[in-house]
Amino acid sequence: MNKRSTFSVLFGILARDIRVALRRQSDVAAVFFFFIIAASLFPLGSGADPKLLSAMAPSVLWVTALLSCMLSLSRIFSGDYADGTLEQILMSNQPIVLVVLMKILAHWILSGLPLVFVAPLIGLQFNLSAAELQILALSLLLGTMSLSLIGSIGAALTLGIRGTGVLIAVLVLPLYIPVLVFGAGAVNAVSIGMSPNGALSLLGALLALSLVFAPLAASAGLKIALE
Amino acid sequence: MKNSQVTTRFNWLKYASPKTFYPIAGKVIPWCVAGAIILIAYGLYLGLLVAPTDFQQGEGYRIIFVHVPAAWFSMFLYLLMAMYAALGLILNAKLSHMMAKAIAPTGAMFTVAALVTGAFWGKPMWGAWWVWDARLTSELILLFLYIGYFSLQSAIDDKARADKASAILAIVGAVNVPIIYFSVKWWNTLHQGSSISMTKAPAMAAIMLKGMLIMAIGFWLYSIAVILVRVRCEIVERDSRAAMIKQGL
Repeated sequence: MNKRSTFSVLFGILARDIRVALRRQSDVAAVFFFFIIAASLFPLGSGADPKLLSAMAPSVLWVTALLSCMLSLSRIFSGDYADGTLEQILMSNQPIVLVVLMKILAHWILSGLPLVFVAPLIGLQFNLSAAELQILALSLLLGTMSLSLIGSIGAALTLGIRGTGVLIAVLVLPLYIPVLVFGAGAVNAVSIGMSPNGALSLLGALLALSLVFAPLAASAGLKIALE
Repeated sequence: MKNSQVTTRFNWLKYASPKTFYPIAGKVIPWCVAGAIILIAYGLYLGLLVAPTDFQQGEGYRIIFVHVPAAWFSMFLYLLMAMYAALGLILNAKLSHMMAKAIAPTGAMFTVAALVTGAFWGKPMWGAWWVWDARLTSELILLFLYIGYFSLQSAIDDKARADKASAILAIVGAVNVPIIYFSVKWWNTLHQGSSISMTKAPAMAAIMLKGMLIMAIGFWLYSIAVILVRVRCEIVERDSRAAMIKQGL
């Protein structure tokens, strides 16, 4: 097995996952619209006081982003599990951890990355300043990737179990707390006139950690699920 | 000669077999129960009657004789559970998985106990049942981690898969515990909501420390007893050929 072939296989898996997901655009769009709709509910519940809204905005947008990332987690592996593709991938001589990483990357491109672009627009409705919007997008860019990575562990462990949706939430949401704290913390720091660099660096550290360990744990989970 | 050498060398593995473990655990349990009752009673006596009244906090502080050991054990048992889970994955030993599974309810119970006694302590001290203090919040998240472990265990019907999957979750959780604690601490300093700090603990009287340590050892023995009972139940439940246990009984 030479290096080029592994690379092309990995890229092929990424491209395939995205292509398959885009065949059913409504699924991808639903997550995106969930984010917009759920975030719009908060002002309706709390009243439209601009000061209150801008104070709430970092946590509201981050929690909503976290939930919409989580909603689509089971899709990372479930389609391939149902039709037997996953078993074939695990039996092939490709490095499983890297294959899993590609599938996670596909999930992030489809459900995390769009939020980075739409969140600043919603942030405008919450009366956030330009500096805050910038950091919001940056923190989401760093953080949503960690969400996909950590979430893939939950997706792998619950593969093929009844009532997966709620179960994934219970498993994964506690593990999401550090990402939420530093993500929303970065934006909050800007609004109180502090530097967001500390929080952003820590988000980056979380990303580096989860980039190394999450695919390992997820592929161990997949092996158990397919035993 | 050679044979006996081999058996002494790998003797410890003998206890990893449920068949050997079951009767030994049965013999250990009554001693642990007796020790737990005596030590917890003595610890409560020291804490509630002997220890001096705190001049700042009055009598209300006495809840810490239960609260602090419970909080220690909630965290310690999670790490112990993750350790057994890792052992189970590495050695592929069923008994380790059963231990991990048996530890979880006791750990969760101590977490709830720490939260409830924390609330009892907080009401007179802070004037509120709940304060988003870094330690209380971490304890709450620890409870969430335990709940995730239970949910995964009970959601998977196949025992072997349930064991391994929840073992991975326990290990991932254990890696996350320090990260969560750090992030919550950082979050707490960013949002200076409450100005009351409980990190500035006053110098502890020797008698208080003694009471807490005795309570902790009592809780330890209680945990061992309860966990062993649970493992024994698990062994019986899983063993389809219950004949060997019937003999033991």
